[in-house]
Amino acid sequence: MKGWIGKLRPVFIFSVLTLFLAGCGEENLSALKPKGYGAELLLDLMVISIAIMLFVFVIVMAIYTFVLIRYRRKKGDEDYIPKQTEGNKSLEIIWTVIPILLLLILAVPTVQATFDLADEAPRSEEGSITIEVTGNQYWWHFNYPDQEVSTSQDLYIPTGERVYLDMTSSDVIHSFWVPSIAGKMDTNPGGNENTMYLEAYEEGVYWGHCAELCGESHSLMDFRVIAVSSEDYDQWISDMQNIDAEATPETQSAQDGKAAFENSCMGCHAIGNSPAGVGPNLSNFGNRTKIAGILDYNKENLVDWIMNPDEFKPGNKMQGYNVSEEEAQQIADYLMQLDHSEVTPESVSSSSEE
Amino acid sequence: MSNAIAQQRGLGAMIWDYITTVDHKKIAHLYLVSGGFFFLIGGLEAMIIRIQLMKPDNEFISAGLYNEMITMHGTTMIFLAAMPLIFALMNAVVPLQIGARDVAFPFLNSLGFWLFLFGGLLLNVSWFTGGAPDAGWTNYAPLSTTSAGHGVDYYVMGLQISGAGTLIGGINFLVTIINMRAPGMTYMRMPLFTWTTFITSVLILFAFPALTVGLFLMMFDRMFGSAFFDVTAGGNEIIWEHLFWIFGHPEVYILILPLFGAFSDIISTFSKKRLFGYSAMVFATVLIGFLGFMVWAHHMFTVGLGPIANSIFAVSTMAIAVPTGIKIFNWLFTMWGGSIKMSAAMLWSIAFIPSFTIGGMTGVMLASAAADYQYHDTYFVVGHFHYVIVGGVVFGIFAALHYWWPKMFGKVLNEKLGHLAFWPFFIGFHLTFFIQHFLGLMGMPRRYWTYFEGQSLATGNMISTVGAFLMAIGTLIFLYNIVYTAIKEPQASADPWDGRTLEWSIPSTPPFYNFKQTPLVRGLDPLWIEKMEGRKGVTPAEPLGDIHMPNASVLPFLMSLGLFIAGFGFIYQVDHNAWFIAVAVGMGLTLGSMLTRSLKDDLGYHIHKEDLVEKGDGK
Repeated sequence: MKGWIGKLRPVFIFSVLTLFLAGCGEENLSALKPKGYGAELLLDLMVISIAIMLFVFVIVMAIYTFVLIRYRRKKGDEDYIPKQTEGNKSLEIIWTVIPILLLLILAVPTVQATFDLADEAPRSEEGSITIEVTGNQYWWHFNYPDQEVSTSQDLYIPTGERVYLDMTSSDVIHSFWVPSIAGKMDTNPGGNENTMYLEAYEEGVYWGHCAELCGESHSLMDFRVIAVSSEDYDQWISDMQNIDAEATPETQSAQDGKAAFENSCMGCHAIGNSPAGVGPNLSNFGNRTKIAGILDYNKENLVDWIMNPDEFKPGNKMQGYNVSEEEAQQIADYLMQLDHSEVTPESVSSSSEE
Repeated sequence: MSNAIAQQRGLGAMIWDYITTVDHKKIAHLYLVSGGFFFLIGGLEAMIIRIQLMKPDNEFISAGLYNEMITMHGTTMIFLAAMPLIFALMNAVVPLQIGARDVAFPFLNSLGFWLFLFGGLLLNVSWFTGGAPDAGWTNYAPLSTTSAGHGVDYYVMGLQISGAGTLIGGINFLVTIINMRAPGMTYMRMPLFTWTTFITSVLILFAFPALTVGLFLMMFDRMFGSAFFDVTAGGNEIIWEHLFWIFGHPEVYILILPLFGAFSDIISTFSKKRLFGYSAMVFATVLIGFLGFMVWAHHMFTVGLGPIANSIFAVSTMAIAVPTGIKIFNWLFTMWGGSIKMSAAMLWSIAFIPSFTIGGMTGVMLASAAADYQYHDTYFVVGHFHYVIVGGVVFGIFAALHYWWPKMFGKVLNEKLGHLAFWPFFIGFHLTFFIQHFLGLMGMPRRYWTYFEGQSLATGNMISTVGAFLMAIGTLIFLYNIVYTAIKEPQASADPWDGRTLEWSIPSTPPFYNFKQTPLVRGLDPLWIEKMEGRKGVTPAEPLGDIHMPNASVLPFLMSLGLFIAGFGFIYQVDHNAWFIAVAVGMGLTLGSMLTRSLKDDLGYHIHKEDLVEKGDGK
């Protein structure tokens, strides 16, 4: 499927560039700048369909322009009565058969790609990675069942290999979408588990969105996919496996925060390996770069978020757990020191920028 | 009996006349005014959406209200604006085009309208009673079944009532076209607008029951404790998606097909040429209608149906491009060799061709199942369906209104203002929606309340919002044109466009019995044939005789009012049993009216031959 399409792609992208904006969107968010197998395959498919469609469009517009210029009624011709043609069989056949052929050209790679993206054969191989993805209002849970590691919001994957996602939802339908790596797939509640795979080419931090309307904060249900080298990935897994949820933090404030956390937050938020709970797993909160998927990562924002979650993500389930501002400060101190791994979004983005 | 007398009385009498009328021409007025009203409300909601998305991190409206806006914008525009506006055209034109004196079931025609109106009003009452529906116009379970408040209940009841009206309207037109064609008007001599209305009515007949079933299940889930869509109790939420789209996809063709017909008539008239490839056009219409029922799952490619189902639905969807392409080329070749007059109606029709072609092309792109994993639920889809619905349906409604306005209201809409309204709307339309394809691919999902700084989405959204304002300006100029025309323009002649079909053989506006004598149809474009042979009008098929007319009736209004009242009862009985009184009162009114209708003979009345002769052309 590559080859000529691959060669055509820069031409297409260039024409889009000149037509429109000064770019095709952000490197880590745009489907037009693929950084993974799925996204690349799909961009190729888009290019084929656009090429076919542009071909048809040019023909239609050529006839259209000619007709409108040539046959527009001129002054003095008001009484002219054109010949009342009934039709033309050969023309009808031409514009029936040619579109059918063009559509066949598109149908073949479409079916190929559809089956390709549903291919789970390599999954049975030793060492293939499976991650359970659970969509929740309005956050994502990621569970690595074979490694007994869980996290939320930040999905760590190794580059250069296929990672299989088993996807469900705990409440309403969501849709998991990382435009620059792969297409999207819905997460359904109940028994309808979906599977897709991610294969990232380059290390980086990629933006993920929920793409199925899921309630008030649908547009705020962002997540990150952090693609790291396989060594870093192994490192991260072992760091995550070695988390001691009982470890005593260094500072006094963080120690008080731990106590407050166990008092007020532990009912919903887990530290360490856990299934999808009521709230996100916070094991590696100190490694995150966003709070609640959307806010800049700093203590002030975290305290604000703990105090008034509904202001930032309306309709979320963290309601009515009133902690004092002092407790919120302490909890923030506690959470922000939960940075158990050297492998972080920041380490990836700095290395990929070099 | 109704027309002349009512005009001499006051406003009250006129309102009473419209409430009780069974005349298809007046029902067309009712559909037009209420559809236009809902179009403006839906447009206002669209403007609020575009203002919210004008810049990143905007908080013009809250996230919850935004979800209500998008839900009501979609629902209003599809069910309460586009559908009634199409019914307005069908009512105004189809009986005239086939040489009939009215539709087959004038009473049902009125019932269909009032059901639609009260359903639409019920839906919009939700704005004032604690929140509109907020689960999207597609209303996917379990988001809809778990949505707090009564918003979604209003959606369910409102659409159920107005959907019943649409179904009744569809059946009525089906019977009308099968049974009431003038002598000589064979199927293959019907004007394209009548043909497309016919196919649309078939689609309504088969598609709306799926929606009705879905809404009933949803109603019982929300109001009476069933669990059809509740996975925790053994239900299945995907069933709603199937039911919705088995209705929802044919609905798209229900909307566009009549306007394909209108474009065919308009392009043919203003090119002074017979429609090129008439039989191919008819065949393509039938094929689109048929295929329209086998493609619904292309709205569900990311649901997880598996590669086999996705591939089948991808290919069947692509197949629809073929008959649509046939239509585009036949329109082009209708103009080829013609004498094209650039009237306002023709301008909208000409603008439709490239706009709809783009919409069709992005449709084929979306049909490519795997690629849809990227497009699905993004602004690419929003761009696509606005290109077909605005570029096809809305352009078509504007074109058809310009074209048939003299037949509906007796005056030709001012041409200069018509052109003036067109340009801002047309430019604004492309500004608003073309860029959205790119926004989608750049990572903007649809139904997003906001987006962030640093995502490169700001410029595109700003352009889109500017375009939306231009469209609003165009709409306002069109409204001004209506007022201006009503005050300033002179009475139109019977045949202002040098028309080809039967509706132009009778006065603008037609007498309430339409044809004094049923016309004899001698071929396609019957009026054109007569004109070419030097005759002034169409040869009658019968001697002048008494005309049988139906009586006006207030019962359709009362039946619908009853369901409106019962709707509130159903919605609020969840809170308090006392609301069952409203159910009883409402259903009592509806069933009582039905009983009255069944038991009381209503044989109509006759206009006598002598009166027809006296009145001349019936004015």
